[in-house]
Amino acid sequence: MSDIPGDLHYSEEHEYIKPGDEAGTVVIGITDYAQGELGDVVYIELPDVGTTFDRMDVFGTIEAVKAVSELFMPVAGEILEVNGALQADPALINRDPYDEAWMIKVQLRSPGQVNELLTATDYATHIGE
Amino acid sequence: MNDFVSRHLGPRPHDIAAMLDAVGYDSLDALIDSAVPPDIRSPKPLDLPAARSERDVLAGLRGFADQNQVYRSYIGMGYADCVVPPVILRNILENPGWYTAYTPYQAEISQGRLEALLNFQTMVSDLTGLAIANASLLDEGTAAAEAMAMAFALNKSPSDAVFCVDVNCHPQSIAVVETRARGRGIRVEIGDPSAMTFDTNVIGVLLQYPASDGRIVDFTAVADRAHEAGVLVIAATDLLSLALLTPPGEWGADVAVGNSQRFGVPLGYGGPHAAFFATHDQYKRLLPGRVIGVTKDRAGRRAYRMALQTREQHIRREKATSNVCTAQVLLAVMAGMYAVYHGPKGIKAIAQRVHNRAVTLASALRTAGLDVRHEAFFDTVAVEVGDRASAIHNAAAAQSINLRPLSSTQIGVTVDETTTHADLAVLVESFGGDPKFADATDTVIPADLRRTSDFLTHPVFSRFHSETEMLRYLKRLENRDLSLTHAMIPLGSCTMKLNATTEMEAVSWPEFGGIHPFAPREQAAGYAEMFAQLEVQLAEITGFAGISLQPNAGSQGELTGLLVIKAYHQERGEGHRNVCLIPKSAHGTNPASAIMAGLKVVPVMTDDAGNVDMGDLRAKIGQHGDDLAALMITYPSTHGVFEVTIKEICQAIHDAGGQVYMDGANLNAMVGIARPGEIGADVCHLNLHKTFCIPHGGGGPGMGPIGVAAHLVPHLPDHPVVPLGIDKSCGTVSAAPWGSPSILPISWSYIAMMGPDGLTEATKVAVLNANYIAKRLEDHYDLLYAGPSGLIAHECILDTRPFKQSAGIEVEDLAKRLMDYGFHAPTISFPVPGTMMIEPTESESKEELDRFCDAMIAIREEIRAVETGTADRDQNVLNMSPHTMEDVVADAWNRPYSREQAAFPAPDTRKSKLWPAVGRIDAAYGDRHLVCTCPPMEEYEEAAQPVG
Repeated sequence: MSDIPGDLHYSEEHEYIKPGDEAGTVVIGITDYAQGELGDVVYIELPDVGTTFDRMDVFGTIEAVKAVSELFMPVAGEILEVNGALQADPALINRDPYDEAWMIKVQLRSPGQVNELLTATDYATHIGE
Repeated sequence: MNDFVSRHLGPRPHDIAAMLDAVGYDSLDALIDSAVPPDIRSPKPLDLPAARSERDVLAGLRGFADQNQVYRSYIGMGYADCVVPPVILRNILENPGWYTAYTPYQAEISQGRLEALLNFQTMVSDLTGLAIANASLLDEGTAAAEAMAMAFALNKSPSDAVFCVDVNCHPQSIAVVETRARGRGIRVEIGDPSAMTFDTNVIGVLLQYPASDGRIVDFTAVADRAHEAGVLVIAATDLLSLALLTPPGEWGADVAVGNSQRFGVPLGYGGPHAAFFATHDQYKRLLPGRVIGVTKDRAGRRAYRMALQTREQHIRREKATSNVCTAQVLLAVMAGMYAVYHGPKGIKAIAQRVHNRAVTLASALRTAGLDVRHEAFFDTVAVEVGDRASAIHNAAAAQSINLRPLSSTQIGVTVDETTTHADLAVLVESFGGDPKFADATDTVIPADLRRTSDFLTHPVFSRFHSETEMLRYLKRLENRDLSLTHAMIPLGSCTMKLNATTEMEAVSWPEFGGIHPFAPREQAAGYAEMFAQLEVQLAEITGFAGISLQPNAGSQGELTGLLVIKAYHQERGEGHRNVCLIPKSAHGTNPASAIMAGLKVVPVMTDDAGNVDMGDLRAKIGQHGDDLAALMITYPSTHGVFEVTIKEICQAIHDAGGQVYMDGANLNAMVGIARPGEIGADVCHLNLHKTFCIPHGGGGPGMGPIGVAAHLVPHLPDHPVVPLGIDKSCGTVSAAPWGSPSILPISWSYIAMMGPDGLTEATKVAVLNANYIAKRLEDHYDLLYAGPSGLIAHECILDTRPFKQSAGIEVEDLAKRLMDYGFHAPTISFPVPGTMMIEPTESESKEELDRFCDAMIAIREEIRAVETGTADRDQNVLNMSPHTMEDVVADAWNRPYSREQAAFPAPDTRKSKLWPAVGRIDAAYGDRHLVCTCPPMEEYEEAAQPVG
């Protein structure tokens, strides 16, 4: 069983969405389930600060030894910050996906979009757990 | 049975009877009748010459050889004669321990050639002055095209891209680049680099250094201008010249490509040779082809494995920048070993000698009053001869010499490692000069383009210069690798069958090896006759009207086939057709090839039985009918089943105006019983390195000729230097007109010795062997997919996914544990992730199949022990495998199973086994800390002391 914190939102593409420090911002990363499926992450490509995306746009790429996956924006918005630590140590994503291995901080275009995402229970059902 | 047929086939007649009995059939024909859908069976048997004996076929090969005339070729153009060190010739090129190995996916039993390839990469990286090199590409032309594709990807594939090409590039490279550019919608502008303007839509510039006509140009200013405009600078170059010249990486090239042939690989009338590709570290994720990297094993020992595999088409599919898979490993190993054998001083001395010969020649020709065109050159002298050109060519020909006609009034002469003073005298005489002259010792390389940096400084290039040391180094590496000389290599879709000694004989004969690809065609009459016979035979086997031997790998065949289809649509005024349907189960190379051909990939679903979902197919056809260009489909399917709906599928595509491309990877299940052309395919590529016995070479060479139906024949590939007379050609896909000719005698010999009945028998036995394995394993593993009769084609898929839940065991653990039993794993995780695909081929005996099945069954019991709790779930023989000798003889042993269980799990392993050279590879460590050149010597010493 993978770790699915009850207080976060999730996308079907296995991102989690956590409220940010400021109103109207969120922090996005990939779930424990996703890192487990990928295996040892060896590389991640993240966008530049200031880039804007629509929902479901590809915002990055994550590479494991034998798999590569695109990262999809679960919400529309602008990139406020990216986690530079992941470039140096992509294995953080395997070790601590929900905390140290956050990927991007996003200024939401429409804050209501978060409520359209999956709850922890929905996500658990989605991955069959 | 013909003598050779019985040698090629593994099972003896009584074995076949016993195996049929096990599978539940009373004859091979009954088995085939049941396994193969009746409507795809060919109505007529193979119409091929009767089988010939091995002795007779050797005489036939000798007959071809005798018709080839080996002239001294001073043609150059990326191909130069060389001395193949005999110790390398015999111990690598002629040695099944090296040539029968598979691509080194199973790194723990491939450390020898991985080290050899790392030597190759280090050599290329050092000589070009660029940080990272791959472990070979197919030829210089396609390597240049791959560099263009990299520039295209770096620029996010703009729709108005322009690629600039130096007019002084080799003409075959320009032709390949133009062909590939058309596929991607890139405009090629050919011109003088100093006059090129780099507008914002220019993605890259290709420069030849030294130029095709020999001159050495300082490209520093061009590179600076290109970089200011954000244009990628690509140098097509000659490794030997770089021992004396400033390497491209030092004057601003971002990519260097070229052919390593003159590093000890025969000319072979065009191939196979290993091309190279080097670039800056920052572009490593866009590097095409396979890359070897350094990592560590579980115990912390230094180990090698293929790195950054996520770049490759088998994972990235339509998002890959390249479709290349099988490359030229065997030849890359040879070229790397040439550098090991000669070392930095030796390589420099050879380069210096070649340069001195060229300078001597130029001076003697000037003395004769001729106009030598360029002041600065390395090995190629361009001479203006006015109206005397044909007289000089004739005089040279009378001395069995080929020169390059640079133009109607200019002649090019490229000297090489083998050129002697006496050769120069004959050359000068052909030009009407005085054959008495002194050897020059000066250089004409401009002072600011002389190399000052060191190269080949790693100790591996200085340690093995005596033949004894070299011999032992080669043997030491060979002994780390599992090849067909040890055990079956049951890789699904790879057809690791016998590469018979007789088939291999002619490969190293000088009459096949010593011919320049652009020698006048009449000098290669033996080759021409063999090509003609092979084309007729392959056409008969596949049911097609025409064959092109130009594509030099399966990936190339795919691309060529799609380009032919595009040319056909264009010819009919339907050039808008750009959709390529590809079943989801297809190999990743298919979508990658389709993208390179400029097609849009639309996936088609497969149903629960692994077959094409007919409903989805019809829906997709309905959606894209008017834009439908082609369907790419593998037959028998990638799931190893003869799909019964194949004819219906082909018909539906044709009805919508599309063409059917059949991937011939699984042709070994069809030869003699069904023909792609009769089933409805319009094009099919043939992996001669699978079905037709060219050895895998540890990851190449391959050959991927295509067969086409009559309406596509006018669109087959042509060649700019050796025109093949194809009027509406799709272009040029390989640097040489017939791909890699020197390995074609292998396939020709196989067909000749098997004859029509033997080839058909081989197919039947391949199907029997696969079904026998499926039968023996069915009570132990779940088998995925079978045809309606419950039979499979020539390979089977075992479902190993449930063990993850039941025992924490993954397919990787089974693959590594098989090494402890002395086997190479089957294909893992293709076409279904987490599963194993087994293809035994017809060449494996019943004893070997039983030994393999016994190992698989024993492994199942080992898994069961974990499931039942008898064995430890965290530390068991499976997840700790493979076990090295060092592991099991160490004083300390603290595992919850015995050393004997670890190392000798089956009785025969006590008598003979290939010990894995290293333990389980830590691939993630290597990908996170990428090192793709030989590691520093201190690490070698540390490696002797495991740190883990």
